[in-house]
Amino acid sequence: MSTTTSPPTPTESVEPPNGTKSLVRGTLPRWASWGALGAAAVLAGLIVRLLGFGVTPFVLSTAVLYAIGISGWSRWVEGGRKATDRAFTALVASAFLLALTPLVSVVVTVISRGLDRFDGQFFTYSMRGVVGDGGGAYHAIMGTLITSGLATLMSVPIGLATAIYLVEYGHGRLSRAITFFVDVMTGIPSIVAGLFAYALFALVFGPGTVNGFAGAVALSVLMIPIVVRSSEEMLKIVPDDLREAAFALGTPKWKVIVRVVLPTAVAGISTGVTLAIARVVGETAPLLIATGATGSTNFNPFSGQMATLSVFSYYEYASPGVPVDPSLDRAWTAALTLMLIVMVLNLVARSISLLFAPKAGR
Amino acid sequence: MSNTGQGAATARRVRKRPADQAFRGITTGAGVLILVVLAGVAAFLLIEAWPSFVAPAEEIPGEGGLVLYIWPLVFGTLLASVLALVIAAPLAVLIALFITHYAPRKLAQFLGYVVDLLAAVPSIIYGLWGFTVLAPATRGPAEWLHEYLGFVPLFAGPPSTTGRTMFTTALVLAVMILPIVTAVIREAFLQTPKLHEEASLALGATRLEMIRMAVLPFGSSSIISGSMLGLGRALGETMAVAIVLSASGGVTFNLISSGNPATIAANIALEFPESSGVAIDTLIASGLVLFAITLVVNMIARAVINRRTDFSGAS
Amino acid sequence: MQRSIVRRTAAVAAAAALTVVLGACGAANESSGNSDQSGLSGTLDGAGASSQEAAQQAWRAAFSEQNPDVTINYSPIGSGGGRERFVNGASDFGGTDAALEGEELKGAKQRCGTLVEVPVYVSPVAVSFNLDGIDELKLTPQTIAKIFNQKITKWNSEEIRKTNPNADLPNLPITPVNRSDESGTTENFVDYLSSAAPNAWPHEVSGNWPVSGGEAAKGTSGVKSAINAGQGTIGYLDASQAGDLGSVAVGVGEEFVSYSPEAAAKVLEVSERKTGQGEHVYAYDLARDTTESGTYPIVLVSYGMACGSYDDANTGKLVRSYFEYLLSEEGQQAAADAAGSAPISAGLREKLQPAVEAIGASS
Repeated sequence: MSTTTSPPTPTESVEPPNGTKSLVRGTLPRWASWGALGAAAVLAGLIVRLLGFGVTPFVLSTAVLYAIGISGWSRWVEGGRKATDRAFTALVASAFLLALTPLVSVVVTVISRGLDRFDGQFFTYSMRGVVGDGGGAYHAIMGTLITSGLATLMSVPIGLATAIYLVEYGHGRLSRAITFFVDVMTGIPSIVAGLFAYALFALVFGPGTVNGFAGAVALSVLMIPIVVRSSEEMLKIVPDDLREAAFALGTPKWKVIVRVVLPTAVAGISTGVTLAIARVVGETAPLLIATGATGSTNFNPFSGQMATLSVFSYYEYASPGVPVDPSLDRAWTAALTLMLIVMVLNLVARSISLLFAPKAGR
Repeated sequence: MSNTGQGAATARRVRKRPADQAFRGITTGAGVLILVVLAGVAAFLLIEAWPSFVAPAEEIPGEGGLVLYIWPLVFGTLLASVLALVIAAPLAVLIALFITHYAPRKLAQFLGYVVDLLAAVPSIIYGLWGFTVLAPATRGPAEWLHEYLGFVPLFAGPPSTTGRTMFTTALVLAVMILPIVTAVIREAFLQTPKLHEEASLALGATRLEMIRMAVLPFGSSSIISGSMLGLGRALGETMAVAIVLSASGGVTFNLISSGNPATIAANIALEFPESSGVAIDTLIASGLVLFAITLVVNMIARAVINRRTDFSGAS
Repeated sequence: MQRSIVRRTAAVAAAAALTVVLGACGAANESSGNSDQSGLSGTLDGAGASSQEAAQQAWRAAFSEQNPDVTINYSPIGSGGGRERFVNGASDFGGTDAALEGEELKGAKQRCGTLVEVPVYVSPVAVSFNLDGIDELKLTPQTIAKIFNQKITKWNSEEIRKTNPNADLPNLPITPVNRSDESGTTENFVDYLSSAAPNAWPHEVSGNWPVSGGEAAKGTSGVKSAINAGQGTIGYLDASQAGDLGSVAVGVGEEFVSYSPEAAAKVLEVSERKTGQGEHVYAYDLARDTTESGTYPIVLVSYGMACGSYDDANTGKLVRSYFEYLLSEEGQQAAADAAGSAPISAGLREKLQPAVEAIGASS
């Protein structure tokens, strides 16, 4: 979008005919934004210094002064429309910075508290036979990978196929019903999904069936509607021209969908899937009910309780031993690990979409 | 988007191709499977909640009957989520604009990645952060609001000494839903037809005018669906609210005192583990109500989107 | 195009498979040693009160060290869930902050044949506050009840000054902090208030905090942080987590008692065992209003539940030896070290012995 900054008309050189008002207004010099920002910062610094406030008021008043300054200057030199534009640019940039502050604060908190125990032992030890200091989350990391992996394996095919049905085939009562009930599904509180999975497995496999697969089913209930909704949005955006061109070449419909529609939408779909995984990977309540908790490593999702990172982190925080610190350190490091796992997932999703996408988007 | 025309045109051919039939069958089956799962969940909820509908009022926790128990929770849920959305939605639009139309391309890709990542931070982390970092930071502003705007019922006070108020909760929720709302809106803004943008710029529009004429109309349905996704997450948010909010009961618009109504999801998480008997049924009934609220929200969003799509021509 | 997609898919799949294979080797501290020292092997699943979680962690660590082929799981899903799972036969043993009653008691007996319910975990509940320069306050039950009922609202009020003539009490509002989640700690604290100060505490006893408008926080950690965060706050929490907060010495009879493991364990000695519940059900009506010297009456007593008969005789054997360990001097000390609980006395241990021996005996 860099083209937008240069004015579309020739500037200063135009002489006003007959001495009437110029049709073209002047423009601010290139350094105007930075200059104004610097001036605003200096002024804000002075004010804040005089009144004796902290960093936050300084940043806020810099933003406000900059917006006022640049739009005033621009109104004087360039006219109203440009001034509004510049004020809006300032607004967008400061909104971005404002929103970034808490997010950065969250990340910094997690990293700084989580680094204490970010060591080899944490990733190779389980909590079996560990009291107080030491121990690790190997068992929980594996549990999280297994349960979320299974949930993804179940949710993505079902969710994606449903989205395809809704966009490509669905019209009429069934598709309206599905759209409606997928919306309903997004409203299921996570703990209810856990209870549902627990009750279902108790019914089918006998009371007390608590294992990794039950947890994955609970997560799928939460995940499917997100996959459907985001994939649906992305499939809808694929231009009809593409489909029609493929149909005109005599391509069967399923092939059009698989080879034209899906690759076009794959970037958006994978973002949606990542968001869906991210949404469920940190769930605590359903996993505690349906998957249970253990201090030992368990690779078998179909038998026995399984530890997961979120549950591990929550219970190290919620019911620490005496002294408290080793437990809290483990809780924060587990949270940090969870974030890193999601980051890796995100990278994988991005590379998949890069591999399959027909052309690079913006 | 409607495929009716296509469907009719290819109808004859579809019958000839078994692969097409099979594919269609698979996708339809997936849709039906979702209906079955949901029917299962709904049946489960109704069966589990049923005893609380028929139980005498004295057996419901609080002894005032089901409605009296759930009503403050509904109020708290709506108050927290709507406040969060009011804070987050405009910010999300601005951030999405910044990423798609203002930031340099390299930076924009990186920022998009960061935003996706933040959507993934587990809610318990937001809870701990809200408790240890944000809540103490809101004490000063809350006292200021109480002192100068105390006549507004929202800031009637007395200000909480720990900062764990409805105001803080709404801020935490806003921060939590911001990445998700932004991600959805950003994806849509990225899909704005280049031609529309370039045409309006070529006509001499400033960047703001181009955004107003080309980007926002195209993205409006996504703004709404993104917001609703965010609202849905805020409504159902459990752990963060449970940790941050000082939920000690009462229906009040007072945002900065320590007496606040709980939210439905947080209340379920807080009460469920140690409950038994009718109390559990009551909690599940409150879960049903949350279900219904989300449903209504989604229906409104759908209706709005459908009306908008006709107008903007964006499919 | 077709082939390249296939190849890419294969590459992605291979990468995923590799990750799984690399991951699938056990944790470094879990040796698959088949040393047959004890002859016990198998897995036990327990669920219940989260108050026991820290103690259970210590117990299963030590127990599985002695018996390397035994895996013990305990899900801290809460007392309600713990009782329900135990009654349904969904868990091998259970933990609960409130003894089984009514329908649940009947159901448990039906499942078990002989029901065994014994106190395994006794934890003092501290009343802690945050006031600059004051480490200890002496408060009568009436005063505590009035503070938490928001009837006494200033730290320098008459009632507090009367029992603390030497303390430099500030003119600060009192912010009472309570648990926002339903909990055994709340139930025991409220039970204490209503039996030791019935006039000042008109509310009914349950796991839910009955007074609205105070500061509410989730879990013990939440209450502690909330007390720390504000000046003039007061709350109740597991004594093991109270740390360096100011603490209340509670009025018992004529004297004031601070919490200590010994003083807390003494409550069980002076309390009556509930009768007519079953031969091996040791549920107690705690004597909150005791005037016995040196007793700290605000305690949380958490029970362990087990059966006289199990479908599988080996399970019964495992549960019995696990419970034997829990109640042993060694086990109680391990819990005291890890969770700050009060070890049960030798006298009580002797009384509970027949109950423990009944576990799994009739299968």
